[in-house]
Amino acid sequence: MFAEATEVALKSGWFLEHAWVIPVIPALSFFLIIFFGKRMPKKGSEFGVASMLGALVFAGGAAYQWIQRVNGAPEGAFVSPVVKTWTWWQNSGISFGIGQHVDGLTVAILLVVAFISTLVQIYSLEYLRGDRRYTHFFASLTLFSAGMLNMVVAENMIQLILGWEIMGLCSFLLIGHWWEEGANSRAALKAFFTTRTGDIGLLTGTAILFFSANEWTTKTLGVSGFSIRGLSSWALSGDPGHAAITMGAVALFIAAIGKSGQFPLHTWLPDAMAGPTPVSSLLHSSTMVVAGVFLVARLYPVFFKGMDILGGSANFIVVIGGITIVIAALLAFVQTDIKKVLAYSTVSQLGYMMMGLGAGAWLPAVFHIFTHAFFKACLFLGAGSISHSSSHHSFEMKKDMGGLRKFMPITFGTWIISTLALCGVFPFSGFFSKDEIIDNVGHNGYNVFMIVGLAGAFLTAAYMTRATYLTFFGQPRGASAGEHHEEESHNAHATHDDHADHGHDTHDAHDDHASHGPRESGWLITVPLIILATLALGSGFLNAAPFGEKWENFKKWVEPSAEVVSPTGIAYVVGGVGEARVASDTPTDSTVVPAEVATDSEPVAIEDRAVSDSEGEAHSETLMATTASGEDSHSTEAVHHESPCGTETPEQGVCMAPQIHHAPFKWSKAAMSMLIVLAGFLISLFMCIQLYEKKNKKFVGLTERNKALGFGYKLLVNKYYLDVLYEKIIVRSIAHPIAGAVYSFNQKVLDGVVNGTGTTAKRIAGWVYRNIDQRVVDGAVNGTGSAAHGAGSALRPVQSGKVNQYGALLFGAAAIGALVLVIVNT
Amino acid sequence: MLVNQFLILAAVLFCIGVYGVIARKNAVLVLMSIELILNSVNINLLAFSMRNGSLDGHTFALYIIAIAAAEVGVGLAMVLLMYRNRRSIDLDELSEMKG
Repeated sequence: MFAEATEVALKSGWFLEHAWVIPVIPALSFFLIIFFGKRMPKKGSEFGVASMLGALVFAGGAAYQWIQRVNGAPEGAFVSPVVKTWTWWQNSGISFGIGQHVDGLTVAILLVVAFISTLVQIYSLEYLRGDRRYTHFFASLTLFSAGMLNMVVAENMIQLILGWEIMGLCSFLLIGHWWEEGANSRAALKAFFTTRTGDIGLLTGTAILFFSANEWTTKTLGVSGFSIRGLSSWALSGDPGHAAITMGAVALFIAAIGKSGQFPLHTWLPDAMAGPTPVSSLLHSSTMVVAGVFLVARLYPVFFKGMDILGGSANFIVVIGGITIVIAALLAFVQTDIKKVLAYSTVSQLGYMMMGLGAGAWLPAVFHIFTHAFFKACLFLGAGSISHSSSHHSFEMKKDMGGLRKFMPITFGTWIISTLALCGVFPFSGFFSKDEIIDNVGHNGYNVFMIVGLAGAFLTAAYMTRATYLTFFGQPRGASAGEHHEEESHNAHATHDDHADHGHDTHDAHDDHASHGPRESGWLITVPLIILATLALGSGFLNAAPFGEKWENFKKWVEPSAEVVSPTGIAYVVGGVGEARVASDTPTDSTVVPAEVATDSEPVAIEDRAVSDSEGEAHSETLMATTASGEDSHSTEAVHHESPCGTETPEQGVCMAPQIHHAPFKWSKAAMSMLIVLAGFLISLFMCIQLYEKKNKKFVGLTERNKALGFGYKLLVNKYYLDVLYEKIIVRSIAHPIAGAVYSFNQKVLDGVVNGTGTTAKRIAGWVYRNIDQRVVDGAVNGTGSAAHGAGSALRPVQSGKVNQYGALLFGAAAIGALVLVIVNT
Repeated sequence: MLVNQFLILAAVLFCIGVYGVIARKNAVLVLMSIELILNSVNINLLAFSMRNGSLDGHTFALYIIAIAAAEVGVGLAMVLLMYRNRRSIDLDELSEMKG
């Protein structure tokens, strides 16, 4: 078979074949921390940091071997993912496994997650020193990373859901880390319930796709309808019905909306700032919120077909993404809390990723996950550094910050680099990903959304300038100026992690808080900042489209090739256990590859053949010709660069990825977006100076004088009234009528029945009392009474009131009963 | 498929659970022991379901898991109330049911 031949040519390696170890390391470490953490000298944090370092080493090894594998493959050929499965559950013909599905996307995200998690854990060593639940914090943080890593390597949807839900649980635990504060535990609950609302979509979508795809995947590939590779190739095979795949894709996208904070379920993300800053950093950069984007990128063929990406003028994903970009960016303007500005900025950037995915810009969107993780983690850790060392655990920009650039040079420098990266300024990393998204969205015909993207870039530049200005320029205010806040400010801003109040009370390391002025943080905080800032500056060059093909390494390594491959060739199955063995043993069934094809060993030839098929007449001759001579296949290669994947049904073999075109890079377009960003900087800077520095009468209080602006301001401050809608209207309109209906049913129907029964019973009882009871029964009762009295005093010791004894009696009786049953039956 | 190992495992779990219910004084531990008992039943159901190749046992096990979750919710609520009223969850002190 040609598939085997290509696989022999493709390199694999120990790390690639054992990528499943990566989530296992932190998962084991979680248990070590839980059971032994408190007894360790460092309270369990050493397990967390060590396990993340281990995961990082493994992920690095896997990434290196994947690059070797891609580089060793022929140009443009499909590089099959490295798959390994064990059967987890099977019964009555249904089974699903657990294992790994490692391809370029997996490797890239694994690397990012392991890397950011490591840095965040190192940072937390300092940030949470002396915290009351230090050990449990590290346990949850480690499990959180384990969940994300598990989701990324997942071989099938069930395993993916497992990781997804672990993350949901851990985000609840971590956001509510300081749960003594009512607002924090409310935020944790809100995050949990909002994402759960979306998760219903994940379960529904998985079920829909499984029942639609299982038959085809079992027959053609020998894998279950849960497996990622099965679903991907099924979606492009022409087998799925329109309704099934559309409903499946919409349901899955609802899950992504909930998890990735897309409109209209984004409301939990800013509230999630109640957690400790390292948590916000991890949650917002590489785990949790990226999960939704990752889901869409992972099952891209399903969304590609289900949402008809590239087919119509607009689709669900691109519209949601576009709305999210703008509304979140606008909300960032009215926040006074630095972490909330960053939270809304994350929501907005996730909107870019979703919009990119929805518009067929798969690679730029995935690359944006990659770059965004570094600069957003850096920004959050920078905000944490400010609150830790300068503003006494306050995150209020207007009240407690300002002028910090002199006191915190390292934090300031890393912040500026990350801000420029976030705004997409050349040559910082955000430029190479965000600009590519905007470019490709336009290139694929979504012109409206290209304008939305550019508007988002303008807004991003403007709100980040405002935040930077308020934090680092001007005069120090409030806590940064040495004032110590009294109780009322804590009460007013109870949502923030002012954990000086309760987190550190067992520890005296921070007792000098009230006295010190703003200063730079310790090296455990600054070193992660510097590393992240370096990557925020440099990671863009992994896929620097402006410098030509040679620089587009990320594209080469990560983007799956849209080739038609044989059903056995879509995965390199390691070990071949469980269901995977079926895949390699029974090659094809319905889409049988003709015998003459099977003699060939060139994957390029398959592509040619499929295309020549679609050209129509006399294809069998062409087929013979192309298979017969290698020259032919090479000469036709240049002509038929198009792959049928995504647009039409592959007639032989299967596709794993749709054919997507990339927009050619143009400096003119880049210059235009740079100008827009620059305009954002300048206008915002001007406004900031006028408003906060000179207190210009023309601008200060404008929202109170101008009605339209006042309305907009009020709308933004109230977050578009979405929280009101959810809590007051939706929850009330559903929960209250139910409660009311139950109450009235109870009052009218049940009580009526009960009362009616009562009166009837009373009448009957009266008669019985007069006629029977008095005369007949009483005599018997008196006799029985004395008998019962005697029995009662005999049995009284049994009724000891001890629950355990009751339990023992219960089980004793059950055992005797079982024994009797056995004896009777035999 | 050897059902024996599953049955032995289930029996061991069941015995541990019964021991916990009878011997422990802490209400939470008693609840945990009840969970063990329920899960030993689950293992039995799954073992036989696997041997017979039917999904019935799995379905029952899923129901049991769901009901066990509800049961533990009620149980923990009772423990919480107990703790609020008496500042203790020691079952030995709880002998108001004495006849």
